[in-house]
Amino acid sequence: MSKKDEKKITALIVDDEDLARLVLRELTQTHPEIEVVAECGNGFEAVKAVAEHNPDLIFLDVQMPKLSGFDVLELIGTDTPVIFVTAYDQYAMRAFEVHAVDYLLKPIGRDRFEAALERAKSRLGEKMPPAPELAAAARLPKQFLDRIVVRDGTRVTLIPVGKLDYAEAQDDYVALASDGKKHLKQQTIASLETCLDPEHFVRVHRSYIVNFERVVRIEPYGKDSRLAILADGTRLPVSRAGYARLKTLLDQRT
Amino acid sequence: MHPLLSPINRFGLYLLAWVPMAGILIYLMAVPGKLGGLDAAILIIPLCLVYQFVCLSAWYSCKAAPLQKSSGQRLWLTHLMAAAILSLFWVLLAKLLAFGLSQMPVFRGLDSRFASQVSVLFGAGFLLYLLSVASHYVILAIDDSNQAEARAQETSILARDAELKALKAQVNPHFLFNSLNSISALTTVDPAKAREMCILLAEFLRMTLGLGEKASVPLSEELTLLHRYLAIEKVRFGARLRMEEDIPEDTKSVKLPPLLLQPLVENAVTHGIANLPDGGMLRLSGQSRDARVSLTIENTFDPDSTPIRKSGRGLKNVRDRLEARYGKEAGMFVSAENGKFRVQLSFPAETEEVKG
Repeated sequence: MSKKDEKKITALIVDDEDLARLVLRELTQTHPEIEVVAECGNGFEAVKAVAEHNPDLIFLDVQMPKLSGFDVLELIGTDTPVIFVTAYDQYAMRAFEVHAVDYLLKPIGRDRFEAALERAKSRLGEKMPPAPELAAAARLPKQFLDRIVVRDGTRVTLIPVGKLDYAEAQDDYVALASDGKKHLKQQTIASLETCLDPEHFVRVHRSYIVNFERVVRIEPYGKDSRLAILADGTRLPVSRAGYARLKTLLDQRT
Repeated sequence: MHPLLSPINRFGLYLLAWVPMAGILIYLMAVPGKLGGLDAAILIIPLCLVYQFVCLSAWYSCKAAPLQKSSGQRLWLTHLMAAAILSLFWVLLAKLLAFGLSQMPVFRGLDSRFASQVSVLFGAGFLLYLLSVASHYVILAIDDSNQAEARAQETSILARDAELKALKAQVNPHFLFNSLNSISALTTVDPAKAREMCILLAEFLRMTLGLGEKASVPLSEELTLLHRYLAIEKVRFGARLRMEEDIPEDTKSVKLPPLLLQPLVENAVTHGIANLPDGGMLRLSGQSRDARVSLTIENTFDPDSTPIRKSGRGLKNVRDRLEARYGKEAGMFVSAENGKFRVQLSFPAETEEVKG
């Protein structure tokens, strides 16, 4: 293998618009060290392509159908450097600045592209900031998630928050219970809590967040603690602080 | 203009208010043995007729000395002096009248019988004038508050107009930057298409600016603008954006507020089609019947990922503009069923203005 080939950087281009992908492909063509291994028209393809090619660098559009750029980042983890691409999204731009993430604005100029590429090359191997934090910074204040994205292998599931019964912390993961199934996701329960609307989801325990609509009654359980009984019969532990939070929400509703 | 004279019913009310005054005055003046009831009436009725006009002069001194801006001392001095002078003048007039009447055989000796009641008449004249001053101040205050209210209302209407105008002229920056990105992509692969898109974009922007100035435009003009907009989005979305239009020719001449449909079509593309990986259908339909226009914009949307906002900003803007223009005559119905988002507008057909 020649020395030139060793240096090759594999890249992925993800954008739902053909013409936007075309611009990026053209811009990378002047860099022989960059090899575009795949182009994806949506987030699902992107998640698959990442698993398949394990690229060194991803150009990722923020606004895409079904799965946004943030969703894709959340699903692929933080090991691959991403250069985000957006047309005009003040909140996303602010989030990128805050977390020192590279991004390009459409229409993409040659100079900006070169600068972003140089920076990305120097940061190969560095970790990206956690996607939920980045996505939270890009959301409007008081705006919460309306669905949660979960990946199992290359299979992507979208769980609308209304269908989430409860979440349980399991080490670095959260188990999301919805429709009788449990989905594992790499995220802390504290981080998940900040993404959910506090008017519908309550942290009833150090390890549990519950969908308020699912709670049918609270039973005493031992000294100082209680159990929340859900509509499907699930019993979740409720701490003293959790009980206080439940009561506050209940008082607000009545 | 004197505020009591301008609305004719107000003046009538003022004259009517003097009838009981005259009655009370006759009752006060008539003293058995001195001045008889008939004597009092024959004197007081013409006197009141004159004095009610004299009292109207209070308006000028009230205007010259507004309540808030004048010192209490000056107010009292002005009005008490005026009351004394005018009342004195009234008494002199009464004496003259009594003297004149006493020349007639029926009222012989009226002047001497009246002499004892002069002080009562003076007092009454004094108080009546002050009463008139008080009522004039009340009228001035009412007029002031009415004017302030009218001004406030006018300001709020102007503010609303300005707001609507600003909303109308808004071009979505997202749309603009994405279109420029498409043009930048086309310059190398298809320069002719790039130029075509530049021209489409320029025409769209120019029409947006121009239409915003007008009060209403024919539907055909709004459609031309929409065709430009959709042609640009078609370049971006390609096969993902599918369109249908079903509007009869005669309906295209109806008038509507400019840029009314544009935000709805833009919503359909950005919140509907753009959220579907395989794209979707945008359908425009309309008809006019029985002097009413009905227009429908329908698009496919993804119920899972698109939060349904029946009261988004774009929709609210359209609803407000319809209401500002047609009031209760207009209707807007929004529905989201079976993956179809539909906005239906219904409003009265504006008749062609007759010129000359």
